[in-house]
Amino acid sequence: MATLASPAPRSGSAAFFRRRQRALRLMTVPALVVIAAVIVFPWLFTVYMSAFDWKIGTVAHFVGLDNYVGLAKNQRFLEAIVHTFYFTALAVVVPLILGTIAALLFHREFRGRGVLRAIFTMPMMATPVAVALVWTMMFHPQQGVLNYLLTSVGLPPSLWVYSPTFVIPSLVMVEVWHWTPLVMLIVLGGLASLPTEPYESARLDGATEWQLFRHITFPLVLPFLMVAAVIRTIDAVKAFDTIYVISQGGPGTASETINLYLYLQAFAFYNIGNASAVVVVFFAIILALALLLLHVRQRTKWSG
Amino acid sequence: MATTLPSADVPVALPRRPRRWTLRRIARKAGFAFAVAVIVSPAILVFLWMLSLSLKNELDNSSYPPIFIPSQPTFANFLHVFADNSMGLYFLNSLIVSGGATLVALAVGIPAGYGIARLQAHRTTVLVLIARMTPALSFLIPLFTVFQYLGLNNTLTALVITHLVITVPIVVYIMAGYFETLPRELEEAALIDGGSVLATFRYVALPLARPGVVVGTILAFIFSWNNFVFGAVLAGRATRTLPAAVYNVLTFEQLAWGPLAAAAIVVTLPVLLLTIFIQKEIVAGLTAGGLKGG
Repeated sequence: MATLASPAPRSGSAAFFRRRQRALRLMTVPALVVIAAVIVFPWLFTVYMSAFDWKIGTVAHFVGLDNYVGLAKNQRFLEAIVHTFYFTALAVVVPLILGTIAALLFHREFRGRGVLRAIFTMPMMATPVAVALVWTMMFHPQQGVLNYLLTSVGLPPSLWVYSPTFVIPSLVMVEVWHWTPLVMLIVLGGLASLPTEPYESARLDGATEWQLFRHITFPLVLPFLMVAAVIRTIDAVKAFDTIYVISQGGPGTASETINLYLYLQAFAFYNIGNASAVVVVFFAIILALALLLLHVRQRTKWSG
Repeated sequence: MATTLPSADVPVALPRRPRRWTLRRIARKAGFAFAVAVIVSPAILVFLWMLSLSLKNELDNSSYPPIFIPSQPTFANFLHVFADNSMGLYFLNSLIVSGGATLVALAVGIPAGYGIARLQAHRTTVLVLIARMTPALSFLIPLFTVFQYLGLNNTLTALVITHLVITVPIVVYIMAGYFETLPRELEEAALIDGGSVLATFRYVALPLARPGVVVGTILAFIFSWNNFVFGAVLAGRATRTLPAAVYNVLTFEQLAWGPLAAAAIVVTLPVLLLTIFIQKEIVAGLTAGGLKGG
């Protein structure tokens, strides 16, 4: 499948060339074996198991598409899809906006920029479970530091993750804190690659800062924003650690996303057949979202 | 700050006044500083609060309004999590699992990255993107079932194998990208002089690729270290990785905030220290999957 685009070797020996290709292909074999075992096999197994009614410890029955039909009628699963989209929409849009603002700030030169940028990007690499623990304590309605901050500026305290209405926005807050730095770094990379000429001529014509941003910076950075949007969407749809640690999908099922529902089906009820069907549907949703965004991204691409 | 001069044929119409400390300018500077402070403070404050919680005794931690500076700083919380929650054992487990999975990934991933780069088989990196899009839990269900069958559940071996899901794609991706950037002339010269492909890889390409190997190693290690769900599902009491163990501190000691914060610091500090070495390459790692900017 791999075609070689480089010029033919000067020695002119086709046998030499073929031997080289074969050796290179052999070098990829160990990795392919590992990938087949831990990545491709699970995919195939999942699709296969989704056609069975099987709990661990029982005999598997072939049920065809029944698991999928069941999911389509499953109120709890359908609600989980809604929660996932709600969470994802917020957890993509807010970091994109804040990340762009942060990138515009860090694009300027000022004293202490390097240190402050390093501090700003720290959350991104922090272990999600550790982050989730700290936020769990901050969200505490009676003793949490967040309610202290709210009341000290005269606002009413909130129930945060203990309220069915606020649980998803609260979880998004953690996600925003965690991942805005990644958006910032992607956009900052975009800003660094911008040409300077359009700005100079626009300034000569007396354009305001806002006009510069709206008509030059934003369109030029848009492709980078789309990259950030694709990555953020994939990660937000799959968010698990913080939700699982902070709210376990609760209160009730108010913050139960597809991934949380999947976890319960698989590892609390050991309902492998049904969970496998959830995985297939879930992957289809992720793929559809990614393709949609890649399509949009293709259309925003600038040539040059 | 070097503002490029307009080219010669444009009439220079910039009679810039010498900058003075006018009120307007001071206001703008203050506004900018304020904006930077607002955007940076959540990052620093959460970490400081974590540190503050870990260094306070339970009395300070349960007081309201909260105490920010510990009245009597103490390391008791750290001692507690190591003594009573066997953090030392879990730390070692995490080192073995992430270290093992990273070593295997390097062993298979570096040659594969070289092969992909020199065969120009760019399409194979699409696999990395798809692997990234697949929810981690979906790898877990089949692997869990197989490990159950083989009696491997609750073993570190099972965890190392599962963590290959994370480490192999990232190493292959980073190494393929890095070998691409190396000049081919040296390798071709070695090949023409009769060196085998393997020898060329070993003695010419590999030494040049050392920086790429460092980045791949650190990224693979960090992503594996940060993973929670594999350890939470597959590990037994004695084989938990750090994130899974720390989560257990939460469930058993609901309101012991000091030990919780100390445990959180023990998990995440090694990662934060490692990132200092690869500030720039982190973005490449986190966006892995062929989505290069632009």
